[in-house]
Formats: sequence, C-alpha cells, structure tokens
Amino acid sequence: MSLFWLILIVLAIAVVGYVLGRARAMSSAGGVRSALHSLPSYYGANVAMKAAVPALLLLIVWLLAQPFYVNSDISAMIPDSAISDGSSRGLVLAEVRRAARGLDNAVAAGAMTEEFARNARADFNDITVRLKEAGQIVTSEITQPVLRAAQRYRVLAAAGNFYMTIAVILVAIVGALWGLRETNAQFRARNTVEKGVRVILIAAASIAILTTIGILLSLVFNTVEFFKLYPAADFFFGLTWSPSFSGRGGSSELGIIPLLWGTFYISFVALAVAVPIGLFAAIYLAEYAGSKVRAVAKPLLEILAGIPTIVYGLFALLTVGPLLLSVFGDNGIGIMKAGTAVMTAGLVMGVMLIPFVSSLSDDIINAVPQAMRDGSYGLGATKSETVKNVILPAALPGIVGAILLAASRAIGETMIVVLGAGAAARLSLNPFEAMTTVTAKIVSQLTGDADFASPVALVAFALGMTLFVVTLGLNIVALYIVRKYREQYD
Amino acid sequence: MTETTLSPEAAEKPAKLPFKSKSLYEVDDLTRKRNAAEKRFKTYGMAAIGVGLFFLFVLAYTIISEGIPAFTKTIVEVEFSLTQEQFDEAEGQLFKTKAYEQIFIGALQGQLQESGVSVPFDATTIERIVGKPGNTIRSFFTANQDKLGGPAAFELAASSRVDGYMNGRVTRENMTDSRFLQKTDLDLVDNLVEAGVIKTVFNWNFITGADSGVDNPGAAGIGASVVGSLFMMLVVLFLSLPIGVAASIYLEEFAPQNRFTDLIEVNISNLAAVPSIVFGILGLAVFIQFMHLPQSAPIVGGLVLTLMTLPTIIISTRASLKAVPPSIRDAALGIGASKMQAIFHHVLPLAMPGILTGTIIGLAQALGETAPLLLIGMVGFVARGYPDGFIAGFTEPNSAMPAQIYTWAARADFAFYEKAWGGIIVLLVFLLTMNIIAIILRRRFERRW
Repeated sequence: MSLFWLILIVLAIAVVGYVLGRARAMSSAGGVRSALHSLPSYYGANVAMKAAVPALLLLIVWLLAQPFYVNSDISAMIPDSAISDGSSRGLVLAEVRRAARGLDNAVAAGAMTEEFARNARADFNDITVRLKEAGQIVTSEITQPVLRAAQRYRVLAAAGNFYMTIAVILVAIVGALWGLRETNAQFRARNTVEKGVRVILIAAASIAILTTIGILLSLVFNTVEFFKLYPAADFFFGLTWSPSFSGRGGSSELGIIPLLWGTFYISFVALAVAVPIGLFAAIYLAEYAGSKVRAVAKPLLEILAGIPTIVYGLFALLTVGPLLLSVFGDNGIGIMKAGTAVMTAGLVMGVMLIPFVSSLSDDIINAVPQAMRDGSYGLGATKSETVKNVILPAALPGIVGAILLAASRAIGETMIVVLGAGAAARLSLNPFEAMTTVTAKIVSQLTGDADFASPVALVAFALGMTLFVVTLGLNIVALYIVRKYREQYD
Repeated sequence: MTETTLSPEAAEKPAKLPFKSKSLYEVDDLTRKRNAAEKRFKTYGMAAIGVGLFFLFVLAYTIISEGIPAFTKTIVEVEFSLTQEQFDEAEGQLFKTKAYEQIFIGALQGQLQESGVSVPFDATTIERIVGKPGNTIRSFFTANQDKLGGPAAFELAASSRVDGYMNGRVTRENMTDSRFLQKTDLDLVDNLVEAGVIKTVFNWNFITGADSGVDNPGAAGIGASVVGSLFMMLVVLFLSLPIGVAASIYLEEFAPQNRFTDLIEVNISNLAAVPSIVFGILGLAVFIQFMHLPQSAPIVGGLVLTLMTLPTIIISTRASLKAVPPSIRDAALGIGASKMQAIFHHVLPLAMPGILTGTIIGLAQALGETAPLLLIGMVGFVARGYPDGFIAGFTEPNSAMPAQIYTWAARADFAFYEKAWGGIIVLLVFLLTMNIIAIILRRRFERRW
C-alpha cells in the first residue's frame, strides 16, 4: 500500500514538474513559441522525465537490495547452535520471516501492541501463545534466537522503508529542480527527451534478456542448493522416484530416470498421433485443397491449438480416460487398470499437437518453389509422386524442425499430464499403465510446500533445470534447421 | 500426364515395352496402379483433415453436453414457518443448524403428508433430498426476526445427487443405494417434480458466486475467479502492451546490427518456446521466494503471465510495424520531424490495429494458461469471496478461471466435474469473445498498403 502511494507521489511530482517546465520555457521565450528550440511540451517532458525516471530506478534498486542487506544482518544474529540437525540456515531464516510477518499481522489485527511486538525481553513462549491466539500460523520452531531475529527483522524492514520513501521523494524533487534549472529558450529539450526515450526503449527490449537471466538464476541457485542436500549422481542415474515428505526428505529417493522415461514415452505417443495426421493434413491443404476448403479447414484446425491446455487435461481425465478404460480395462481386454495412463495423456496431447505440425509443415511445403513442382509434373509424375519424391525431400529439414518444435511442446506440456497421466513414477513398457512426467512432478513437489529448503521441494528446481535444458536444446536445433532451410529457398 | 512413355529404357529398346498399346484412350496396368496410388494418397490427406476436425467436434460436443448442467440447479420450493419458541429453542442448542434442519424436516414431512403424496417416505428421505438447509434457514431467520411465526417461502438447493438425477448424470440404472441417496427416494422426487415443489432453474450463482467447500458442490460458482482472472489480465495488459511496444519499436526502428541486438532477438525467440511451467518456477523463485510478494495474488500471476506473453506481443507488434510502408516515415522526416516523432506520431498510430490484435490474442493465451498459476499457489487457495476494493483485488489471494477449473477437477466429488466443464464453457466464451474482437479489429481497421 505504502509502495503504491510512493509511486503515486513520484508521478505527481513528475506531473507538477511537467506543468512548471512548460510554463518556465514559455516565459523564458517571452510567450513566443517560435523563439523556443523545441515544442513547449518537450520542456515539460524533460522535467517530468528527470523527476520520475531516476526516482523509480532508485526505488527498484532499493527494493531489490534491501532483502540482501537485511538477510545478511539477520543471518549473523543466528548462532550455529540454533540450527538443528537436518535443518539449514535458509530454513531458519524462512522461520524468522514467517514469525516477523506473524507479528506484523498480529499488530495490524490489534492482538498485541507495537511495544509488545518490539519488546526485546519478551519471552518466546508468551509470544507464540499470543500469535496463536491472533490466528497467525506459528510452528513450534520459534525459539529465542528466532524471536530476536524476527524482531530485528521488523525493525530493519521498517527503517528501510522509511529511508527508502525519503530517498525516493528527494531524488524525484532534485531531478525536477535540475530539469527546471536547465530550462530556457536555447535548451535543446527535444534532443534530450528523445535520448531519454531511447534509453527507455532499450530497457524495455532488454527485459527479454533479464527474463532469461531470471529463469537461469532461479533455476541454477536452487538446483545447486538441492545438490548440496542430495547427491547429483543419484538424481541423474537413480531408477526410483519415491519422495518422502516426512523427516525433511531424509529417506527420499529422487531419481529422475523414471520421470524422463514417462515424459519421453508420453511425448512419443503424442507425436505418433500428431505427426502422421498433421503431416497429411498439411500436404492436403498445401497441394490438393482448393482455396475454399483451405479457408475453412485451416482456421478450424488451428482452433485446436488455441484451446487452453486445461481443457485438454479435463478431456483426458473425464472423457478419454474412461473411454479407453471401457475398451482396455477389466471389462474389455484387461490391460488397463485406471483411466489415467500414458495412452490417455499421449492421445490427447497428440490431438493438441496436430495443428502445430500441420501449420508449420504447411508453411514449409508452401515455401518449396513452384518451379520444382512444375519440373516434376513436366516429367509426367502424378501429384502424389511429386509430393513423395520432390516436395517432401526438399521440405524435409523444415518438417524435421517443425516436429522437433512439437516435441519440445510435448515435453514441456503440463496440464494434460497432470490430469491425464497419473502420479506413479514407474519404468514400464505398457502404455496403458499410469506414469508420470517431469512437469507433473514439478507441480506436485512445489504446490504443497511453502518454503524451499528441503530436498523434496528443491528437487523441483533440478527437474525444472533439466526440462529447461532439454527444451532449449530442442528449440535451438529446430530453429537452426528451420532458418537454414528458409535461407536455402530465399 | 498420366502416360509414362518417356522412360529411358523405352527409348533404347522399343521391342521390350512393358505394354503394347500406346493409345491414350486405353488405360494400362501401371497407369491404373499409379492413379490408384494417387487417389489413396489424396484420401489419406482428406482423412487426416477429417480426423482433426472430428476431434474438434468431439471436444466441442463433450464440453457443451457436459457443461450445460452446471448452469442449471435443482431447487426445492417450500413454505415454512417458524415460531418464536422453536427459534429460541434451536438457538439454545449446541448444533444450531442441525436443530433447524430437524424442525424444517418435520414441518415439510407434515406438509407432504397433508397434501397426500402417495409414496411412502420418512424424515431421512427428505434429509437426503434437500441436502443441508439448516444454515440457510438460520441465517434467514436471524436476519429477519420479524418474520418469525408467519410463513416464509424458501428456495432451497436440492442435494447434489438429486441435482444429478434431474439433469441425467444420475439415473436409476447407474446409481447405488448409499447414505446420500437411495433408489426409493427417487419416487418421492418424481412426485415432487409433478407437484411443482422441485424444479430446475437457471443457476445464477454459478456465474456470480464464489467457490464453496469440498462438501458443497451445489453452491460452487466461478464468479470470484473470473474477477481474479480479470485483475490478472489488467496487470498483463498494462505491463505487456507498453513494454512490448517499446521493445518492438527499438528492435524494429532503432536497433543497430550488433551483438547486443542479436542477443535480444535470440532471447525473444527462445522465450517464446520455453515451457510455461518454467515461467511458473521463475515466478515462484523471483516474485515469491525472493521479493516476498503475496502468494496466490493476482499481481504475481499477472507478472508471470506478462513475461510469458511478452514474446508473443513483441513478435506480432514487429510484424505490424514492418507492414507500415517506409514512405510514411520518409514523408514525416522530410517535413522536419525527428525520427522519434515520425515513429510515435505517424508509424505507431497506423500500426495500432495490428498491435492491438496481437495483444488481444496474447491476452487470450494468457487467460487460459494454467501451469504457472499452479506453482504460485493459486490452486491451494479456495476463493470464497470477492476481493474488497480495487487494490485488494491485486494483492489479496484469489483464484483464476483455469486454476479454479483445475481445483474442481482435482476434487473427489463427481458433482464438481460438472462444475469444471461449466467453468470451461465460461472460459471459452471469454476466449471466443476476445478472438472475435481481434478478428473484427483486423477486418475493420487494418490497412493494406
């Protein structure tokens, strides 16, 4: 809330600066617009920019830096003896933050006074009882050092926010004054403003890089943390997946092989459905269909790609699963035990991927030069012979690229497998058995847990890292092939 | 084109021709074979398209047929009066709603016996049919104590099994007797339907209401999560549109050909293909673990979805900027505009319809995205009410449409599945509307140069 108001204040300063800057420029030119170097609004914009941009930048940097400072300060307050076996410093710090938040909420709800919450001599048992009464979630792990640290945390956070407010407003005012000072008729306001706008544009374009860095950092840090608690060799080569949530995951076996097997098996089934259908559909659309059929069929097929994956997930769970079960289940052939299985998820995912394969392949087939077709027809080949012997070989690299892109989609798909594939991790060849995938396990490991210090929660980041690397590899290869192919016929 | 007389062998050794006749009017074996292959191939193609469209049709049919029942509900319409003494007595008991229920069931039993229902029944039958009306009755009478003693009309929700019977999910054949519903109860239900006591009405609560607990599927509504999704989309719109447009303008109009520009381009095309769940991990680690933003809040969901939709918006915006012919820029520069002015005053307005179309399609994609929301805690949260106030709408925990659908699908009670399908209809109506708006924008305003 206070952050919201702070931003509003900065923006208000910028608006006032705009009006003042514009007026000052006009008066310095004696009210004659043509005596100014730039349009009057540029002078105003110059002041507004100088007020708002540095202040907001400072705000962002401060918000990012403050937790670091506070954490290192708090961390030093906790003696090693306060960290029990099987726990870690990070876990205790999370406890501290939770206690501090509990105190905040309790004070806000009026269950205790600010003085009481800050009282350094307060007994932790007393505080725990009071927090529980105020309806705050407290674990039994609040100890005296944790309580001290939590109190210190609150003090630091409050002080930090106070100084931040002052500093940001000060920077905004100084910026506005600086902009106003340089405003006169000769000042090249347009050039300055445009330079500023250009920097903002570059910053916006850099967000793509920042996002990638953010993904990498969040994955790498937590993965490293995970490998400190769990040996990497066991993770990559372990054949069993059985996380145990009790006892901080001490007895968990977290081998990724069964998950990878499930992922690739389901993706394989999906591609076995999507590639033939998609490819034939693309060939028909590109080579045979008249413009009317094309205008109807292509958008209709592409609707399949626009349907949210949760819909497919529900479709797999409630329609396809029971349908397969009635055919292959105990009343039928008897090789399927439950509706959720590799086949269920694979089939539905295949349907989802049809338009991916067909649209991309359609574009690629259309990019094959007409001269090659004409040459083939001229030699007496039929349409299908031309497609099989001329167009497909020419388009093959592009089609492979399209299939790889579809494969990367299949591997990264989450909702269909969460709902349709089951939860048991097993290594089996039977496609009618439930298996699970990397993405499904990321979801199940992370939704239950709020703090990320035990191996069973952190393993999700290692899984995410694996998933990211695999899909990124596939994408890079696919994009490279497609681009190479485009150049060939450009 | 159907004749193959030009093979080299045929030219060298005319005596060993595989076929005798050279007439174009007679079809020989090879040609017949090739024509059959041609026909087969064409059929495969048509079959592939047919299979794709068949799946689309099945999907649409399933969604509609399974989801429509969620929009109706079965109610029991009764008149019921409560005396002051009964009220005081019920308030004095430990299980207050239970006490109200007993009084109500007793009264209804009396009424039905008077009206001469031919089917035998007892109090537990009624209890199984009307579900748990105690709370409704109690809150009505505690709020309107002046109505005590007089008759008051109630529309009570029937239990979820009776609801299922009314819309065909439960039939006499497929049901098993349980403590929730027995086959003999259905006779009474049929009688009451004839008498007009039980009827099916449109379920406004499903559209406007909030999620209910695990044990009360009848009262579950999607309204609160629609609001959650709305707040998320506001965040996505107000962040991704300006950032996306700014990034595209830079990349399309200003960026010099250098390593930095290449790096940005590679990043954008890769981000467009990163699995959505990885964005969820990013949101969890950066926004919740690192920045300590509130869990399951629409603002966090909005930020994650913004990062996810940015590549889509940037790609479509660049395409529409590219479509504006250079003569517009040249003309503006020629009369003394700076490059920045030429782009912001002339190119951008002309590209705007295309940009908005791309943005709406990106938003529609974000609206249906579920996986990242699972990781930032939107599923564990049961959205029991609307947020109070505009700012609270962003920061207070809420659900979102796809997350709500997932929550319902993951619950054990079959009655929630119907709600999940109904939720999908609502979600698809939103998506369809957005896509239609995008198409109209493109048709009406996009200029071809």
